[in-house]
Amino acid sequence: MGSDEFLFLLAGLKWTVALSAVGFIGGGIAGLAVALARTSEYPLLERVTASYIALFQGTPLLMQLFVVYYGLALIGLKLDAWVAVSIGFTLHASAYLGEIWRGSIEAVPKGQTEAAKALSLNYVSRMKDVILPQAIRISLPATIGFLVQLIKGTSLAAIVGFTELTRAGNIISNQIFAPLLVFGIVGVLYFIMCWPLSLYGARLERQFAAASR
Amino acid sequence: MTGQSSPAATAAAMISMVGVEKWYGDFKALTDIDLSVRTGEKIVLCGPSGSGKSTLIRCINHLEAYQKGEIRVDGILLGDSARTIDAIRREVGMVFQQFNLFPHMTVLENCMLAPMRSLRASKAEAEATARKLLARVKILEQADKYPAQLSGGQQQRVAIARALCMQPKVMLFDEPTSALDPEMVKEVLDTMIGLAEEGMTMICVTHEMGFARQVADRVIFMASGAIVEEAPPAEFFTRPRHERTRAFLGEILRTH
Ligand SMILES: Nc1ncnc2c1ncn2[C@@H]1O[C@H](COP(=O)(O)OP(=O)(O)OP(=O)(O)O)[C@@H](O)[C@H]1O
Ligand SMILES: [Mg+2]
Repeated sequence: MGSDEFLFLLAGLKWTVALSAVGFIGGGIAGLAVALARTSEYPLLERVTASYIALFQGTPLLMQLFVVYYGLALIGLKLDAWVAVSIGFTLHASAYLGEIWRGSIEAVPKGQTEAAKALSLNYVSRMKDVILPQAIRISLPATIGFLVQLIKGTSLAAIVGFTELTRAGNIISNQIFAPLLVFGIVGVLYFIMCWPLSLYGARLERQFAAASR
Repeated sequence: MTGQSSPAATAAAMISMVGVEKWYGDFKALTDIDLSVRTGEKIVLCGPSGSGKSTLIRCINHLEAYQKGEIRVDGILLGDSARTIDAIRREVGMVFQQFNLFPHMTVLENCMLAPMRSLRASKAEAEATARKLLARVKILEQADKYPAQLSGGQQQRVAIARALCMQPKVMLFDEPTSALDPEMVKEVLDTMIGLAEEGMTMICVTHEMGFARQVADRVIFMASGAIVEEAPPAEFFTRPRHERTRAFLGEILRTH
């Protein structure tokens, strides 16, 4: 394998990172909205977001990508593969992060909300100053775990023709007929992205366990 | 319109509850509560577990909604609108059994948050007030520590200072010493006694009968969601009228 091929893999890696980042950031913003709606104590809002979460957790990611990519094309919205997978991953991540963060918000002791209310803090301040800083800490290990899943999940975007790391590997492997070598390198690249995150998540988890003892 | 001043008849009362009823689903937690607390008056509320003491004081700052009757604080009728709830919460401080300090903030930040957010105090103002009140509860030297670094008694004194930073007209205490180790009870009670001596209007749910004797203008005994008996401490402890009060006092004096 020459340097051209390797550079092609790195270009694919770049798109994997970009798609992960877009999915995580977009999904993070939408996921925060989902989590807040889910804990809003407005029954309608809670039910709608509960269904939204159930829908995305109950169906395969690949199917979600197909629906966005082909479904939107069917109703006349012909999207670029990049835009389609970005939307798909953002929706997917928003449901999962929304559910993780809902759990974290609910894990903050009720007395915190009561103390904040008794101090006449309004909803925005209660969330921003009191609840979310604690919920984010609680959620960090699970959030990082999900990010690792998301990075690996971006390989599914290959199926709708998006040239990220896995598809780049596939293309190179077909050119130079060395699948083991190529996918070995691809695997190492995924590993380099995910392993430090996993370690970091595990360390945070240990820290929190120690702190709550 | 809510949020207006009440008629002169109730003007002397800092807190007035008239015919207040509260249900949790089908369960009636408060029955026909009538209670009027004058400015500067100190009330001790006692009664067996589940009698509705917490529910009663939590209705006053709308941590719990009530379904019937009227509650006024300093003339403001407590309705369901966010505006009146907010107006009342700005006048009513509350101290909880479990302290409920914000663990991710220092002691000083705990005390500065609400004045900055709710009263729009500047940072400098909020800090000056916070330091003054932390000094008053004798804990200023811990200002930059986090709650987890303090003892229970210290945390509860910070919680009192935090509530006082809002310059409330009323303080509600829900069993402020029940979660404390015995050797820390006194420092918190002394803080509360100091507050009482300065003329704060207070409702304290507590089973510290020594505190009740020393500080209370009236002791109120609740059972099954109703006020059963109320009397000045001298009378309450020596000549309780109701059988349930006598039974309760017998129990309390044996276990405390
Ligand atoms: N959120 C709730 N949902 C249903 N029932 C509740 C709720 N909170 C309290 N209750 C019930 O209302 C009654 C009064 O409770 P409350 O907490 O006011 O009692 P208390 O006098 O403060 O008791 P304690 O001394 O144990 O603190 C109890 O029977 C309790 O089980
Ligand atoms: Mg109680």
